[in-house]
Amino acid sequence: MIRILKYVALDILKTKIVIAYTIMLALLSWSAFSLEDNAAKGLVTVLNIVLLTVPLVSVLFATIYVYNSTEFIELLLSHPVKRSMIWKALFTGLSVSMTVAYIVGIGIPLLIFTDLATALIMIVSGSLLSVIFVAIAFLASILTRDKAKGIGISIMLWLYFALLFDGLVLFLFFQFSDYPIEKPIVILSALSPVDLCRILMLLRLDVSAMMGYTGAIFQHFFGNNWGLLLSFSLLTLWVVVPFYFSLRKFNKRDL
Amino acid sequence: MIEIKHITKRFGKLTALDNLDLKLEKGQCIALIGPNGCGKTTLIKSILGMVLPEKGDIIFNGQNIKNNNEYRKHIGYMPQIGRYPENMTIGQVIDMIKGIRNSNEALDNDLYEQFEIGKMLHKKMRTLSGGTTQKVSAVLTFMFRPQVLILDEPTAGLDPVAAEILKEKIIAAKKAGCLILITSHLLSELEGIVSQVIFIQDGKLMLHKTTMELKRDTGKDTIAQSIVHLLKVQTV
Repeated sequence: MIRILKYVALDILKTKIVIAYTIMLALLSWSAFSLEDNAAKGLVTVLNIVLLTVPLVSVLFATIYVYNSTEFIELLLSHPVKRSMIWKALFTGLSVSMTVAYIVGIGIPLLIFTDLATALIMIVSGSLLSVIFVAIAFLASILTRDKAKGIGISIMLWLYFALLFDGLVLFLFFQFSDYPIEKPIVILSALSPVDLCRILMLLRLDVSAMMGYTGAIFQHFFGNNWGLLLSFSLLTLWVVVPFYFSLRKFNKRDL
Repeated sequence: MIEIKHITKRFGKLTALDNLDLKLEKGQCIALIGPNGCGKTTLIKSILGMVLPEKGDIIFNGQNIKNNNEYRKHIGYMPQIGRYPENMTIGQVIDMIKGIRNSNEALDNDLYEQFEIGKMLHKKMRTLSGGTTQKVSAVLTFMFRPQVLILDEPTAGLDPVAAEILKEKIIAAKKAGCLILITSHLLSELEGIVSQVIFIQDGKLMLHKTTMELKRDTGKDTIAQSIVHLLKVQTV
């Protein structure tokens, strides 16, 4: 595993995309913090940037990378290497590089401009978000052999999670506002990792003005610590489940 | 050494391997012959665990290969069309495979030297011609002194000099007691190398004989003539 991971990591570094991504995140977060006069406002700007760009870059880069690794996978498979190890090494390599890019690009300015607890929560949830979308990319790319289709699925999933979902929940809320639907809405929001991250951050920040509607309900429903714990476990589940299914499918695939 | 027990593999409606049963013994050099799309490559990939058959088992040295990967230590595989990570150089690919195999045994660098790979180490895989890619495949196949060699159209795309070098190497491996499984459409090329012939059609085993038997039964002098004879008899 370590040996394969080494080659994957070297290869990812060589593409330089991850480095460009790090620089882009750093530029965005530094400018957000220095342009806004107080740190809380800056943080909200950074949060919105993170919730849009991190999933997009993670899911796209990982999908394309997995498709481009077809030859690499084929080459290794005729040698004494466990099949699942190749998939796990690719996943670990991509997850680690996206997470490191996030921590260097966003984490450092966060630690400088905000208080430690807020910064840590944001670093952990953003890192989880990176890994979640790498896992989703793995699932999307194992579903079809067609590269264009696979990337299409990835973009659709991103659109759905990052933009459509909150709107959908809001729509449902207004449609059924005469009924007690807080509980179903809370359950619904667990179905999108982006919303979960937003809730997690906003529970911490207490800026209800910028909250998605799901966030507002979530805070009402859970106390701070409860919500925190639950959201983190749900986020972890969002990493494990897609990756597990992709791994199962990969193990059964003909190459 | 390798036992293939009633394996069946379907790709959608197409049955690539149909209840195929085979026994491959050590020290043999076996030609795998059959028309295009008859299931040769599928069979090879099944042995390597790249294609997973629906039914049947493959036993390698007494061990079922299902959920096993260690047995591949003993196999050198030369694919029909070698596909390599495009951004890597020849040197990096060879180093990576060395690292992954992590073998303590002395490496076999004969082909490496004879093909003069050392001069091309810095070349990227995507810039290589088909023949040079085949050379890299051949070097990697023989490098770790495997007991079993699986060669899928080994000389396709190689220039005459390189093809001759490779042939010599195959004969040397046969003398050393390796099991060699080789597919080729150039039947004349197999003459003098192979000791057994396996003929597959539509995923079914049509024939598995030693070359002597084959020639005797058909009354022909060469493998090529025998096979052509057989095909003609079949169609009549």
